Amino acid sequence: MSDNVTTAVLEEWVRSFAHLVAENRDLLTELDAAIGDADHGSNMDRGMKAAVAALDASPPATAGALFSKVGMTLVSTVGGASGPLFGTLFLRIGSTLGDAETTSPAALAAALRAGLDGVVQRGKAGPEDKTMYDALAPAADALDQALAEGADLAAGLRSARDAAAAGRDATTPMLARKGRASYLGERSVGHQDPGATSVALLLEAATLAAF
Amino acid sequence: MKKLINDPNDVVVEALQGIEAAHPELRVDHQNKIIHRGDAPRKGKVGIISGGGSGHEPLHGGFVGLGMLDAACAGEMFTSPVPDQMLAATKLVDGGAGVLHVVKNYTGDVMNFDMAAELAAAESGARVLSVVTDDDVAVQDSTWTAGRRGVGVTVLLEKIAGAAAEEGRDLDQVADIARRINANGRSMGVALTSCTVPAVGKPTFELGEGEMELGVGIHGEPGRERLPLAPASEIAAMLVEPILADLPFTKGDPVIAFVNGLGGTPLIELYVMFNEVNKILAGHGVQISRSLVGNYITSLDMAGASITLLKVDDELLSLWDAPVNTAALRWGI
Repeated sequence: MSDNVTTAVLEEWVRSFAHLVAENRDLLTELDAAIGDADHGSNMDRGMKAAVAALDASPPATAGALFSKVGMTLVSTVGGASGPLFGTLFLRIGSTLGDAETTSPAALAAALRAGLDGVVQRGKAGPEDKTMYDALAPAADALDQALAEGADLAAGLRSARDAAAAGRDATTPMLARKGRASYLGERSVGHQDPGATSVALLLEAATLAAF
Repeated sequence: MKKLINDPNDVVVEALQGIEAAHPELRVDHQNKIIHRGDAPRKGKVGIISGGGSGHEPLHGGFVGLGMLDAACAGEMFTSPVPDQMLAATKLVDGGAGVLHVVKNYTGDVMNFDMAAELAAAESGARVLSVVTDDDVAVQDSTWTAGRRGVGVTVLLEKIAGAAAEEGRDLDQVADIARRINANGRSMGVALTSCTVPAVGKPTFELGEGEMELGVGIHGEPGRERLPLAPASEIAAMLVEPILADLPFTKGDPVIAFVNGLGGTPLIELYVMFNEVNKILAGHGVQISRSLVGNYITSLDMAGASITLLKVDDELLSLWDAPVNTAALRWGI
């Protein structure tokens, strides 16, 4: 079993995510232009920049405070569907991690699972609706499975990253059934989902932090 | 892209400053991007707020004033406002009789308004009811989609429900009227061009010179079908017939007929369309009791139009005729 991680490492994860979102801002917006309304990249970038600014202004002491602050900031700054959905993901992770000074691999996996449940409650999406769910659910499953098989957290997060990337790629042939892309019907087929792409970036960011 | 802007990222903020300067009877909360009546809250009157992404002007800010909305929340371009904004607007307009949220049925708008209503209940105890508009017949209403979009009916609803609130009806009565309007109104739109979000700088989708997009939404999201451009008479039939069949509207039904421009189409073309709509409705025996023609719910610089028909009765008509004094709709005062 790997050691518990500090809030500083989790903060590094969040900051890496903000960095990846900024780098991929135009890609996310282009994906959204094809089946949505061409604002996912700019909205997520605005939200994560605000989240990083909030962390700079008052560094959170606990993992719970860290993720809750990011979630509140996303809800307050992103708008659209992504604000409530990514905001709820972070808020649930935060409330699940709570006040502990360090976080165990099992606690992080449980928090990611709780975040997924929160997203499902808010957005009512399920498998193969062509949404962020299709990257997030496989990532949560992969992390659970890797830890159950005795992997350390870093290896578990690499499995989650790969599962999220595969889930993201699998959205391309799907017919959208939620969100604005669903208005396109058959014409949504053949385009990668922007929300699933952002989730894949979130898990990629986890592997860049020093877990 | 040629636009009358400064920094593309400042368009919403600068437009709100312009609205405040042009309409001294309105107030603007720049922090929360809320346009509200100068006399809000009105004690004992039901407050009505709406909001949505920017880029649909005059919706919603242009409809703030006597007999219509008490406040409107402006989101980023084509992006729902955030819960903080609706929460602040709800507190601002609550005169003790509760607040109605008018929400267009888009995934983001519905989720953000839901979160705002939850926060309002928890924080201020204001009684909030929500009415979601979903009048766009171009979208299949099924478990396979996010449901029909809220479009033109939203304008008619804000006018009529606003009059009911102004008359002093209570929150449940105002919400009932609003739901009746949504249930009896249907819309459909067509785009002749795409639109350009300022911060993106290029059209959201490509549409050839000889093509049109039938069943288009108001965010530059493509419609359901791309067809060769046709004469106004044929386009009007492609829009009106599905609307009539959907409710259905039948012989003798009195309606408000609303031909709306999407932002980039001249008014004279909207009247050409209204003429065609009038002929089609006459052919079906549907009676136009009132009409509205102009750019009221737009999609930035998109060329095209939407048609909305609302089946009315004497009560709805008298509320429609009641005085309204807003930046974009004004009569009877």
